[in-house]
Amino acid sequence: MSETTRAGAAAPSPVRNPVVEALKEALMAGLLAATLASFILGVKTVDAPGGLQLEYRWHWVLIAFGVVAVGRFLLRLLWWRRDAALPGAAAAIGRSAGQLAQPLGKFAGPALLAAAFLLPFMPFIGRYEMDIAILVLTYVLLGWGLNVVVGYAGLLDLGYVAFYAVGAYAYALLATHFGLGFWTVLPLAGILAAIWGMILGFPVLRLRGDYLAIVTLAFGEIIRVVLLNWQEVTGGPDGISGIPRPTFFGLEFKRFGENTFHQFFGIEFSPMHRLYFLYFIILVLALITYMVTNRLRRLPVGRAWEAMREDEIACRSLGINPTNTKLTAFAIGAFFGGLGGSFFATRQGFISPESFTFIESAIILAIVVLGGLGSQIGVAIAAIVMIGGFEVFRGLEEYRMLLFGLLMVVIMVWRPRGLVSHRMPTIFLGKERKAVSAEMVGEGSG
Amino acid sequence: MSSTDAGKQPAGRPILQVQGVDAFYGHIQALHGVSLDVHYGEIVTMIGANGAGKSTLMMTIFGHPRARNGRIIFDGWDITDEPTHHIARRGISLVPEGRRIFQRMTVLENLQLGAELAPDSHFDEDLAFVYSLFPVLQKRQNQRAGTLSGGEQQMLAIGRALMGKPRFLMLDEPSLGLAPLLVQQVFDALRQLNEEHNMTIFLVEQNAWHALRLAHRAYVLVNGRVTMSGTGKELLEKEEVRAAYLGGGH
Repeated sequence: MSETTRAGAAAPSPVRNPVVEALKEALMAGLLAATLASFILGVKTVDAPGGLQLEYRWHWVLIAFGVVAVGRFLLRLLWWRRDAALPGAAAAIGRSAGQLAQPLGKFAGPALLAAAFLLPFMPFIGRYEMDIAILVLTYVLLGWGLNVVVGYAGLLDLGYVAFYAVGAYAYALLATHFGLGFWTVLPLAGILAAIWGMILGFPVLRLRGDYLAIVTLAFGEIIRVVLLNWQEVTGGPDGISGIPRPTFFGLEFKRFGENTFHQFFGIEFSPMHRLYFLYFIILVLALITYMVTNRLRRLPVGRAWEAMREDEIACRSLGINPTNTKLTAFAIGAFFGGLGGSFFATRQGFISPESFTFIESAIILAIVVLGGLGSQIGVAIAAIVMIGGFEVFRGLEEYRMLLFGLLMVVIMVWRPRGLVSHRMPTIFLGKERKAVSAEMVGEGSG
Repeated sequence: MSSTDAGKQPAGRPILQVQGVDAFYGHIQALHGVSLDVHYGEIVTMIGANGAGKSTLMMTIFGHPRARNGRIIFDGWDITDEPTHHIARRGISLVPEGRRIFQRMTVLENLQLGAELAPDSHFDEDLAFVYSLFPVLQKRQNQRAGTLSGGEQQMLAIGRALMGKPRFLMLDEPSLGLAPLLVQQVFDALRQLNEEHNMTIFLVEQNAWHALRLAHRAYVLVNGRVTMSGTGKELLEKEEVRAAYLGGGH
């Protein structure tokens, strides 16, 4: 009987009853949730005389089971019709949203830019909001930098934070030991990071995919461990403090002293001035990153990056030098990581290896992937959503990690190629000028 | 179009000489002392069954894998030990097996990447040439290459190779996965390239019938060894070839 074949051997009845099917699924999903919940929600450690003790909270497990089972049952029955698989339905929603997003995309860029410039002058922006905005922009810059490596060149780099660290320590060391200013060191830090990018690039030239990811991951850790243990130079776990702040054409942002910003302009001192200044520094740095990477993409080297991501053998047979192509991608990505690191050091005034753990790499990579590999506007939006969202939900404490994970899962189900999956071709002839949709491209094949 | 006149045998100087080449994948020897010549202005084909080493030969000429013994000489230069991208710069273009176009990029971007080696000033001219050879590519120029049909993708792969202004065009199974009508179209284009633009062409093919009719000269590769050679017409008439590669009929 043909209609029984789909139900499989597990179904005893030849006729598929949707309610029974849904119930079975709900039970399975509920059990899965309960299994997970029993470790996460069901057991709690509490302080007790004689050490930590376990407190069991089985009602939480029951609640998790109930919520998941009922939710799955209703979803299955009402929304995911008989044979429509989850990805199909989700993709359909994603598609319609994508169509909606395309005209929006035209205005999103200029609107975001205008908003970014006007932001500090908004009445509701206080010290805390400025801090978040600066943080978000730092991640936008890092995202755009990593986008060159992961998005354009397709080289999965899990150790991007290493270049961020190189930039930060370059500025911190040069400033504290040699008294060099932020503006002098900024390009130097970028170049140093770029050199490290090439140092990483050489041994991994032959690697792709998972293998490359593992080596870059190790590289990120090596840099961190060296920073941690090379006490004489880096200060080890104590880090480096007293890193000078950036100056505005030699004017400092201090309450007292000579040559200060507020004295020169004859205005009253406000600690916000420095924040505004930092905000505009990182905004300009991010915009430079945007413009440079966007321009590079249209040059032969950028085309070669994208072609290398698509097919390395074809590239070689067209006379493209794979070594140069990969090394430039690593170097340029690292350069912007270095700029970001320098900025981070000058903003914080204190750095230690703790700021450069793997989770930083993971967050930056998540921004690039969620934004849509290779899409610059997508990366910016993802940085705002992720970093901004992370801060907004600070009140939720440990639950925000849960929310964060949920968000990632939702985005990846809903738009598996990232928020902005359209790719703008670098050359047009003729009248039609449109983005190329990512539809019909298998996930992970790009 | 009528089949190529087998009597027309250009006796120019060789553009490609493969001399006693051995190639290995790990410990497995894929090519055993393969020798062949391609002369200026010729179409030469290498036919052979699946796994005979045809693609290996193509890639070995391109330095990947390297020939362990023997020499490969292109236009007087010993290219045996040169890196692939240098070999490409000497004026050889390869249309790789399975086309290997850049799927997510547009047709025009693919062609642009092919032109990486040619001076910029030639771009418009070369593009017009490729479009005249394959008009369908112009219609699809802003379309994503991955959405093209198999035949169009093959045309794009050939067009991309031509954008580099090669003196010598190598094709690895251009008929692979194409409907018979499209195979004819692709081969007609190759003949046109050779006759009207004097392009030297070397192709390996499983589709012996089409390849032998197109080629001036041909080689037969069996288990990594060249077992036969002659003009396309001669081989078409040989009983062994007919039995092994043409299904006995035609």
